[in-house]
Amino acid sequence: MAQTALPAPKFKPASDWKNWLGVAPFFLFAILFLILPSIRLFVGTFTDGDGNFTFKNLTDLITQKSILDAYWLSIRISAVTAIGGGIFGFLLAYAVTVGGLPRPLRSALITFSGVASNFAGVPLAFAFVATIGRTGFITAVLRDTFGINIYQSGFNLYSFWGLSITYMYFQFPLMVLIMAPALDGLKREWREAAENLGATTLQYWSRVAMPVLLPSILGAMILLFGNAFGAYATAYALTGGTLPIVTIQIGAQIRGDVLHNPGLGYAMAMGMVIIMGISLAGYSWLQKLSERWLRS
Amino acid sequence: MSRLRRVPWWSWFWFTLGVIYFILPLLATLEFSLSMERDKISLLAYEKAFADKDFIETFTYSNLLALATILASIVLIVPTAYWIRLRLPQARRITEFITLMPFVVPAIILVFGLIRIYSAPVTIPFTDYELFRPLTNTHFGTNILIVAGYIVLAMPYMYRSVDTGMRTVDVRTLTEAAQSLGASWFTIIARVILPNIRASLLSGALLTFAIVVGEVTLASFLGVDAFGPYLFLLGQHRAYEPAALSFVSFLLTWLAMGLIQLFTGGQGQAAGAH
Repeated sequence: MAQTALPAPKFKPASDWKNWLGVAPFFLFAILFLILPSIRLFVGTFTDGDGNFTFKNLTDLITQKSILDAYWLSIRISAVTAIGGGIFGFLLAYAVTVGGLPRPLRSALITFSGVASNFAGVPLAFAFVATIGRTGFITAVLRDTFGINIYQSGFNLYSFWGLSITYMYFQFPLMVLIMAPALDGLKREWREAAENLGATTLQYWSRVAMPVLLPSILGAMILLFGNAFGAYATAYALTGGTLPIVTIQIGAQIRGDVLHNPGLGYAMAMGMVIIMGISLAGYSWLQKLSERWLRS
Repeated sequence: MSRLRRVPWWSWFWFTLGVIYFILPLLATLEFSLSMERDKISLLAYEKAFADKDFIETFTYSNLLALATILASIVLIVPTAYWIRLRLPQARRITEFITLMPFVVPAIILVFGLIRIYSAPVTIPFTDYELFRPLTNTHFGTNILIVAGYIVLAMPYMYRSVDTGMRTVDVRTLTEAAQSLGASWFTIIARVILPNIRASLLSGALLTFAIVVGEVTLASFLGVDAFGPYLFLLGQHRAYEPAALSFVSFLLTWLAMGLIQLFTGGQGQAAGAH
């Protein structure tokens, strides 16, 4: 028998706690600047103004209309941009992977997606103001060349659809980044086997490729949802806080107790963390499901 | 098979649409930023923007913050990832969980918690003994707080970059070799491990840079005069200069991502303070 499995004698585990000392700085940092702040919000959620335990903040959270409206608006924007960005991003990823476009276009698109998914916040908002704002480039072209005044026909950049179009700029590139490797995982043999059995392209996609890809697609869309749900800077820079999504409301609450109840602010933040947590968990679960097929 | 030689119209259609979506806002921003002077193309907006004293100050400051964040992240994360690989595999799950937490706690929530904790004096738990004054009261304390916040925001990307880098080098053998030559732990990490994962470090660093320069949520709530809040304020009362600086920001992001692509040759990564 070959002796490759011998353990390296130098690395006999020292006593366990000494080894944990090696990672202590990292854990200390995480506790101080990530876990403690999170716990503070959690504790605040269940504390009233006098420091006593209460469920009132939570019950207020689900009974106050303005707060429910904020959550609903955030959820709608996140869902619209996750589904829209997800479909568009998927089609783009399809085009450059199995869609038959020249190879160089693929790396160009991937790089550009890396840039665009990172291009957010204030500069992104300004870019869209310059594009489809009241005096924006597209607005002017549509008005002067085609005689269409989008602002007279009810469009407004500083609204639900305006914000959604802006969010799409970082949403669909993220989808491209996630889906391109998954589409690469589709095995050529599957398509050949399907064709040999007489399947049409439509049948191949609906009966073979889609079922295999569906967990990745759904998982990625859920990730996109969380991505939009947690966004603050872009919305704030674009609308100046007039569109009351959850992050904007929380921001207002930090600046000055606009809800007239600090506990309610904590509860709102907690609600957000829970939604983000569910979406991340959903993403990793679906990702695991899809790995069964795509990465074996 | 004729199918392979057919022009993939459908793919071209979506690709073209994607390119239009990518390019139009940039084109519009560029066009707008060049039209400060009536009826001619000029770089006046750029000249004015760059000449502003506040721009130079805030931009320098943001770059310093980015640098501090990158260095502190490396000091914090590299030894940790190294140690987990070498001696403490049982800590892997919990560490990965922590490094994913920033995805669940977005910037606005993080800064909320940080402000609530560190705008009060920090005491030893369950006593009134004061460890240090509120961090938000002093300039130095605020700087510590914001860099710590940025380390948290960048942690998922930095940790994953470093961990991926270490997967490709044989950490154990390198350590044994260095130890048999009498190297100390510090020497091993600084002169053996770090150079071996420099490509991943660089990509983590550039992503961190892209996140920190221009970050606005933490900076504005902690009241720090960084580039992000400056650009936001400039947008309130100017038209052309913010467009110029937005375009420059885009070029910077492009530069960072291009360099990552160059050094890692792999898939792009996504991050960002949206």
